[in-house]
Amino acid sequence: MPDDNTIRIRKGFDILLEGEADKNIINAPLSKTVDVLPSNFKYLTPKVLVEAGEGVEAGQVLFIDKNNPEIQFCAPVSGIVSEVVRGEKRRILAIRILTDKNGIQYRDFPKQNPTNLTAETIRQRLLEAGCWAYIQQRPFGCIADPSLSPKAIFISGFDSAPLAPDLTFIITQEPDNFKTGIEALARLGGCPIHLGLKKGQNLMSIPHTEGVEIHHFEGPHPAGNVGIQIHHIDPIRSGEIVWTIHPQDVIIIGRLFNEGRYRADRIVAVTGAQVRKPQYYKVQTGQHLGSILDDDLFIENNRIIEGNVLHGQQVPENAHLSFYTNQITVLTEGDEPEFLGWLLPGFKKLSLSRTFFSWLAKKRKYALDTNTHGEERPFVMTGQYEKVLPMNILPVFLLKAILAKDIEKMEQLGIYEVVEEDFALCEFVCTSKIDVQNIISEGLEMMRNES
Amino acid sequence: MKLLRNLLDNVRPHFSKGGRFEKLHYGFDAFATLLFVPGTTTSGKGVHVRDAMDLKRTMITVIISLVPCLIFGMWNVGFQHFKAFGMETSHFENLIFGFWKVLPMIIVSYSAGLTVEFIFSVMRNHPVSEGFLVTGLLIPLTLPVTTPLWMIAMGAIFCTLLGKEVFGGTGFNFMNPALLARAFLFFAFPAYLSGDVWNDLSPEAGHALVDGYSGATNLVMFDTNFHKLPDGMSLFWGFEQGSVGETSVLACLIGAFILIVTGVGSARIMISVFLGAYLVGLLLNVLAPANMLNHSMHTPPHVHLLMGGFAFGAVFMATDPVTAAHTATGKIIYGLLIGGGCVTLRVFNPAYPEGMMLSILLMNVFAPLIDHIVVERHIQQRLKKSK
Repeated sequence: MPDDNTIRIRKGFDILLEGEADKNIINAPLSKTVDVLPSNFKYLTPKVLVEAGEGVEAGQVLFIDKNNPEIQFCAPVSGIVSEVVRGEKRRILAIRILTDKNGIQYRDFPKQNPTNLTAETIRQRLLEAGCWAYIQQRPFGCIADPSLSPKAIFISGFDSAPLAPDLTFIITQEPDNFKTGIEALARLGGCPIHLGLKKGQNLMSIPHTEGVEIHHFEGPHPAGNVGIQIHHIDPIRSGEIVWTIHPQDVIIIGRLFNEGRYRADRIVAVTGAQVRKPQYYKVQTGQHLGSILDDDLFIENNRIIEGNVLHGQQVPENAHLSFYTNQITVLTEGDEPEFLGWLLPGFKKLSLSRTFFSWLAKKRKYALDTNTHGEERPFVMTGQYEKVLPMNILPVFLLKAILAKDIEKMEQLGIYEVVEEDFALCEFVCTSKIDVQNIISEGLEMMRNES
Repeated sequence: MKLLRNLLDNVRPHFSKGGRFEKLHYGFDAFATLLFVPGTTTSGKGVHVRDAMDLKRTMITVIISLVPCLIFGMWNVGFQHFKAFGMETSHFENLIFGFWKVLPMIIVSYSAGLTVEFIFSVMRNHPVSEGFLVTGLLIPLTLPVTTPLWMIAMGAIFCTLLGKEVFGGTGFNFMNPALLARAFLFFAFPAYLSGDVWNDLSPEAGHALVDGYSGATNLVMFDTNFHKLPDGMSLFWGFEQGSVGETSVLACLIGAFILIVTGVGSARIMISVFLGAYLVGLLLNVLAPANMLNHSMHTPPHVHLLMGGFAFGAVFMATDPVTAAHTATGKIIYGLLIGGGCVTLRVFNPAYPEGMMLSILLMNVFAPLIDHIVVERHIQQRLKKSK
């Protein structure tokens, strides 16, 4: 790979945390119940097709998207549907499956080489096997609309977020499935596939498929965010659609063609300072978290996060693994008031500003807790967000346009290019403790309702 | 420490909803959060960890960066006083004299301004902001030591009320509150802010003013004949008369260093202010009438940077993030215009020798316009790329 086309990301920040996962994969035993959670999917209104007491195979449809019935969601395991869990206003929270004790029964799909299939066949296959939901689209960062074709497909081959799983390690577990997945996507999209790799990253199995372009990136987080890579490779212009997909989900699509079944187990990095032995686990989508985390955490007062500390979601201890999760992080809740905390020298506090003496120790790893370190205030400081957002976007002005509900300004300032995670570092550094990602999320929803 | 916590926790119910002093709860919060950084945690969505920096930390950093100016200012108050009486005193005596003169100014400024903040927190039901922690110290530093205390209180009240709270509090004001206080006093009580006011001339037993003592500041002198100014080095060190905190360029530069290293103050603004003034100073040199060698247009540009409140304004006033331009490019334009404007005002408007204050306030008003132009250009660029 020639190095001269490496894209250097200068803005950003690597939050170094304690509790990185050891490269060691444990096969977690399948839990008694597996939940499929409609809330994992943005903007989805589910319509359930199964009833309690019904037996299902892995790969059988559980529910569909009411607004787009083509998109189906399948059971990751076989067993008996024990319950459709409902919440307030009968909103569907989960479809609970009592798993088979003697192995998973898979529904059969044809084993075929995707390079010999038409785009339409692949599209149908992904839809009926419940794999379509792995394909995300921008703008909006939701499940791709199967009726629209993208201008390009972007895959980030590395994750630069704090304590993120090593994707090279995960991909090299199933290189063939990854390769087949890429081939299927290339065929399906009929457009270039851009694979973003870290400088020096070596994926043995990089498929020499036609249409796959490899780009190397260098620099701190969020260099690994696919949104940042899109911005630097081929930015989204008004009216355009791009697809993004996570390498682990590419592998699941690859399995569908190589093995002829919807096998949705995935490798999850369990990380964080509160985890006794941070390492990788092979688990089922929807698996009960207790089966992974039990006995593995230091004492109580923990926060369990699906995803990383920047844009993951807090879940209760008895939750089930979400559809897209590749990482679990456990932190201490920082709910202890601190005496004169704003005045102390702060050798153990992490800050991008150099107002705490900790900046003298650059390589230090932190065991951060969830304290906000101050209260929310109006915007005061300027130039902070710009330091961690490697995009040609004026973050504060975009946020203010969203707060003012100025749709036209939002569009002009580039809301189509971003999703929440791209602004996560802005939220981290914010002196005024503003919920930046939440504002972006509101903005995206406004835009979506508008179009 | 535990004791204090328990005490706070015990009285907290009185201040929360339904309690006796419910209305005062933001006032209570202000005290409680000053003592203890609250144990609030991030919401379950969005980031789970936060940078340790908050507005309190920002403000305390600015205050720390003001300490060199403050200490030097106190020393200089004593130094100038004893010099006027022709007395030989030690540095320590100078400092102590100044300390007792400046301390009441600081106390009055803080108490007057914070009272307004607290009243507004009750009336408008918003949290007490940390902004006044810096404003309260800036006000006395920009005034002559002879300013009557009641006047300082009025300035502090005026700027908090009309400079900030009427717009919604810190973060919503469009003019630098501390400078607004100074401008208010400057125009309302001109006799107290210009002329022979810079020096504390309270009589000393057994001493009389030295012969030929003059209380005129450099800015007045500069307008008549800039050749009579003290040499550059003493302007730099700050052994001259002036408002409490602004005389020493060195102290301001130490402050600037702290602000830039910690990332609290914008180096971009500071440098462009200095650059703007220097360039305009040079330009005026070129244009200066050749037959009037004492004309102020002949002033060497570097003297402008050392004189009056220029350095103090550039470092501590122009960089106020709320009232400065918000975009990176905007900051450079804003800074250049402040520097250039200051020199222009000084040279061409002898009625207001201190151009820095007016120049910054003027640019505060223009900052949103500068930003607007920068943002529009940014949008145009984005559009062009997408074609």
